[in-house]
Amino acid sequence: MMCKSKKKKDSKHETNFMNSSSAFPDEVLERVLSMVKSRKDRSSVSLVCKEWYNAERWSRKNVFIGNCYSVTPEILTRRFPNIRSVTLKGKPRFSDFNLVPANWGADIHPWLVVFAEKYPFLEELKLKRMFVTDESLEFLAFSFPNFKALSLLSCDGFSTDGLAAVATYCKNLTELDIQENGIDDKNGNWLSCFPESFTSLEVLNFANLNNDVNFDALEKLVGRCKSLKTLKVNKSITLEQLQRLLVRAPQLCELGTGSFSQELTCQQHSELKRAFNNCKSLHTLSGLWVASTQYLEVLYPACTNLTFLNFSYAPLDSEDLSKLLVHCPNLRRLWVVDTVEDKGLEAVGTYCPLLEELRVFPADPFDEGVAHGVTESGFIAVSEGCRKLHYVLYFCRQMTNAAVATVVQNCPDFTHFRLCIMTPGQPDYLTDEPMDEAFGAVVKNCTKLQRLAVSGSLTDLTFEYIGRHAKNLETLSVAFAGSSDWGMQCVLYGCPKLRKLEIRDSPFGNAALFSGLGKYESMRSLWMSDCKVTMNGCRFVAQERPRLNVEVINEEGGDDSRAERVYIYRSVAGPRRDAPPFVLTL
Amino acid sequence: MWQRSHKCSLEEEKKLELRLGPPGEEDSYNEKSMKNVKKERDESQPSCTNLTNKSQKRNATSPVVGWPPIRSCRKNIASGSSSKPLTESQHVGQEKVATSNKPISNSGKDLFVKINMDGVPIGRKVDINAYDSYEKLSSAVDDLFRGLLEAEINLSDNNKQEEDKGIMMKGSLIGSGEYTLVYEDNEGDKMLVGDVPWHMFVSTVKRVRVSKSSDLPAFNPGSKKD
Repeated sequence: MMCKSKKKKDSKHETNFMNSSSAFPDEVLERVLSMVKSRKDRSSVSLVCKEWYNAERWSRKNVFIGNCYSVTPEILTRRFPNIRSVTLKGKPRFSDFNLVPANWGADIHPWLVVFAEKYPFLEELKLKRMFVTDESLEFLAFSFPNFKALSLLSCDGFSTDGLAAVATYCKNLTELDIQENGIDDKNGNWLSCFPESFTSLEVLNFANLNNDVNFDALEKLVGRCKSLKTLKVNKSITLEQLQRLLVRAPQLCELGTGSFSQELTCQQHSELKRAFNNCKSLHTLSGLWVASTQYLEVLYPACTNLTFLNFSYAPLDSEDLSKLLVHCPNLRRLWVVDTVEDKGLEAVGTYCPLLEELRVFPADPFDEGVAHGVTESGFIAVSEGCRKLHYVLYFCRQMTNAAVATVVQNCPDFTHFRLCIMTPGQPDYLTDEPMDEAFGAVVKNCTKLQRLAVSGSLTDLTFEYIGRHAKNLETLSVAFAGSSDWGMQCVLYGCPKLRKLEIRDSPFGNAALFSGLGKYESMRSLWMSDCKVTMNGCRFVAQERPRLNVEVINEEGGDDSRAERVYIYRSVAGPRRDAPPFVLTL
Repeated sequence: MWQRSHKCSLEEEKKLELRLGPPGEEDSYNEKSMKNVKKERDESQPSCTNLTNKSQKRNATSPVVGWPPIRSCRKNIASGSSSKPLTESQHVGQEKVATSNKPISNSGKDLFVKINMDGVPIGRKVDINAYDSYEKLSSAVDDLFRGLLEAEINLSDNNKQEEDKGIMMKGSLIGSGEYTLVYEDNEGDKMLVGDVPWHMFVSTVKRVRVSKSSDLPAFNPGSKKD
C-alpha cells in the first residue's frame, strides 16, 4: 500500500483522460479500476491524479500490509473505506527462529476493534506472524457477520478454544486455514463446533494440529460441504478414515492426508486406491506424516494431475520417492525432506521435467551423528533435469562453488535462491575456499533474482558481487557472513530494488548501517542481530530519519553500548505505542 | 525454562549450550577460527558414499540459537514408525522450541521413555512430548508416582506412620526436594534434569529416574554443569 512504484500509465491514455475527465463519470472509472488487481498497479493508479487516487481508494477491496507497524488501522480505514480482505504481517521473519522474544507485539486486536467499526462487512483476514488471542478470535467471530476466510500462518497466542469460537459463530465461513502456528493445542473439540446447518466450507486445513478430532463430526462436515476444495487433515486421521473422507469429497483439489499409516486389509487397501482414483481434480497433495511404504502406491492413480507435492513432513527415502515420482510428470512444485538423499533428487531430475520449485528440508537439523541428507550432487542432478526451476530452498551439509555455478548455468531463471549450508561459515568442502564464487555465479547468471539467502563461509566479495549484479534483488538474508562494513555497503549501494534485508551474526557495524541512510525509507525493513552496530549508531539513524522507526531489543545484562538486535522500518504511524519494555524505540 | 532463556543475554545462552567442538570457538565473526574448527574435525569416514574425506561429522560447531533457520514445527521429522528401519544417523528424539509463552503444538511423534522411581519396583512410561516444560514434566511425574508410592507405603504395617506418610504424599515429591529427577542421555551418561533447554533435553533423553535426593552425590540442584 505504501510503496511508491515508478510505473506510470501509458501517457497517451493519460492525455485522453485529462481532456475528458469531466465527461468521464467516477462510477465508470471506479468500475474499470476495480478490475486492476495487482497491488503495484493499484499503487501506480493512485499516483496519477486526484480523481484516480479517489477512484482507486473507493474501489479497493483488498489490502496487503507487509509490516503491521508501518501504518495504523485508523489511517488505513480513512483511506480505504470499502475493504473486504486484509492481509497483515507482523513480526520480523527471524522471530520464526526464536530471535525475537515472546510478547514483542504485532497484536491483531487493535486492528479488529477498528475494523469492527469501519469494516463491518469484512470477509477475509490473512495473518502472518501476528499475535492472536482467543479473545480476538471470539471478537472476530462476533463482529463480522459476513466473515468468510481466516488464514493464520506462523501466528501465536491462541488456542483451539479460539478456533471453536470461529467454527461456532462464523455462519458464512468458507475458509479456515491454520498453518504452523504456536497454538495451544488443547483438544480437537473445535471441529465439532461447526453447526449441523453449516455447509459453506471450501477450505479446511488443520494439518499442524495434533489432537484427535471427532471423526464422526468431520465426516459429516465433509459430507455436507459440497464446495469443499481443500482438505488438509492432521495425523490423527488414519488411512481408513481418509478413505471415508475421500469417498464423500471426490471433488477435492487439495488434499492433506493424515498419518498415512495403518494396518489395512486387502479390501481396505483396494478401497483406498479406488477412492484416490476417483479424485480426478486433485492437484495438490501433502501430509503423509508417517508414510508406510506399502501404501504409497494407493496414491499413484491420483498422481498424474498433481502439480504440487508437499512431502515436507514425510521422511521418505529415495526409493519410495522415485517410485512415486514416476507417476508425477506434471509436477511443478515439490517439497521434500532430505531423507530422500541425492538419489531421490536424481529421480526428481529424471521424472519431473516441468518442475519450477524445489524445497528440501533437513530431517535432523541438529544431527550430531553421521551426516546424511543431500549434497551438491543432488542439487546438480535436479538442475540438469529441471531446466525451468526458478525457486529453490536447499538445506545441505556440504556444497561447492563449482556445483552452484553448474546449477545456475543449467537454470538461469531463478527468482528465489535460498541455500542453507547448515554449519555456519562452512567453506567449499573440496577446495576449502569461501563460497563467494557460488553466489557470484548466482547473481551473474540469474538476472531475474528477487530473493536470495546466502550461507557458508563468505567474505565481502560475495556482497560485492551482489551489489554489482543483483539489480532485481528485493529480499536478502545473511547469516555468519562477510568480513567488514564494506560488504553491507556494497549491497546497500548496489541493489536498487532492495526491500527487505535481514542480517545476523555478521561483522557489519555503524559505518555499514549509515551507508543505508538514503535507502531505508524505500525499504520495508532492516533487521540486524548480533552484528557490530552500537546504540549510538542506531540513535544517529533515528535522529537523521524521523520517518523510520529504529527499535533495539537488548537483553538484560548485555553490553549497554552494543545494539544486539536492531529492527528499522519505515512507518507513517510514528513510534510504537505498544512496545514492551525490552524494545527501545530510539 | 526455554521461554526464560530469552531473558538471558545471547552470550550467556551460547555458553549454556551443549558444545561438541573444542573450546575457544565463541567468536562467530572470526572466519579464521571457523577454519581452524574445520581442520580439527574428525576425519573418519561415514558410510554415505557421497561424502568425501573433507566433509565429516557435524560436531565441529555448537548449536546456535535459531540456526539452521527452521520453524519449530518442522523440527525433527525423522521417521519413528515407518516400515523401514532407522539408520544410525536419524534421531528418534523430539525437539520443541517455544516461540511464545504458550505451549507449542508439536508436529513430532510420541516419545515414550521409561521412568523408574527409587523404592518402586515397577516402572512407568511417560510421553515426553506431551509436555513442553520441566515444570509440567515434573508435576506429571509427581502425579504418576505419588499413587504408586502410597501403595508401596500402605503395604507397611504401621498405621500411624501410614497416616503421616499419606499426608506427606500430598505434597509434591520433587518440589519438596525429597526426590530429584535424573535422566540417562543418548551417550549413556546420568544427568540432572533441568540443566539444558527443554528441547535439548527432549532430543537427548533416553530414560528418566526419580531418585531419592539423599541417595545422590552431594550437589546443589540447579547448579550449572559444563
